[in-house]
Amino acid sequence: MQIARVIGTVVASVKNAKLEGRKFLIVQTLDADLKAKGTPTVALDAVGAGVGELVFWCRGKEASFPFKRDETPTDCTIVGIIDSDSHVFQK
Amino acid sequence: MLLAKVIGNVVATQKNQRYEGTRAMLCRQITPAGEEMDYTCIALDSVSAGEGDIVLIAQEGWSASTAATGKPGAAIDSAIVGVVDQIDLF
Repeated sequence: MQIARVIGTVVASVKNAKLEGRKFLIVQTLDADLKAKGTPTVALDAVGAGVGELVFWCRGKEASFPFKRDETPTDCTIVGIIDSDSHVFQK
Repeated sequence: MLLAKVIGNVVATQKNQRYEGTRAMLCRQITPAGEEMDYTCIALDSVSAGEGDIVLIAQEGWSASTAATGKPGAAIDSAIVGVVDQIDLF
């Protein structure tokens, strides 16, 4: 799982039937110091996240577990919203 | 999921039988701002995407196999699962 910032939204009318009603968000992955790392990617939302929020996402087959696990085609899903930037503690 | 542009397709007469009846599209990754990147891949189509379309690609075996063929367990690691209408960056 990785920390990321939601930086945008994607609208796709034509999509796999199992993705009907799901929300696509563009996320910029961040490192532990909350600095951008790599190219932004698209994640499916499982927790009601919105633009600007600090979240964490899960990848792989496990990304479909918040939904109908055997049917939902996703490899990247937002599974948590971090309360705020100051709620990332590093020693 | 990857944002990509469909830049073509491949024709393969000889292929794994689970690929029968599917379309293999050649895709190039793009940034959310629309700039083309170096990474290209072949993804099976599950939404009738066409050349020039901006698409969403799932790169995970079970998802890709289920989306493209209706069943898991095929040797497929990338499938097109949506055609993008609009990208909004804030």
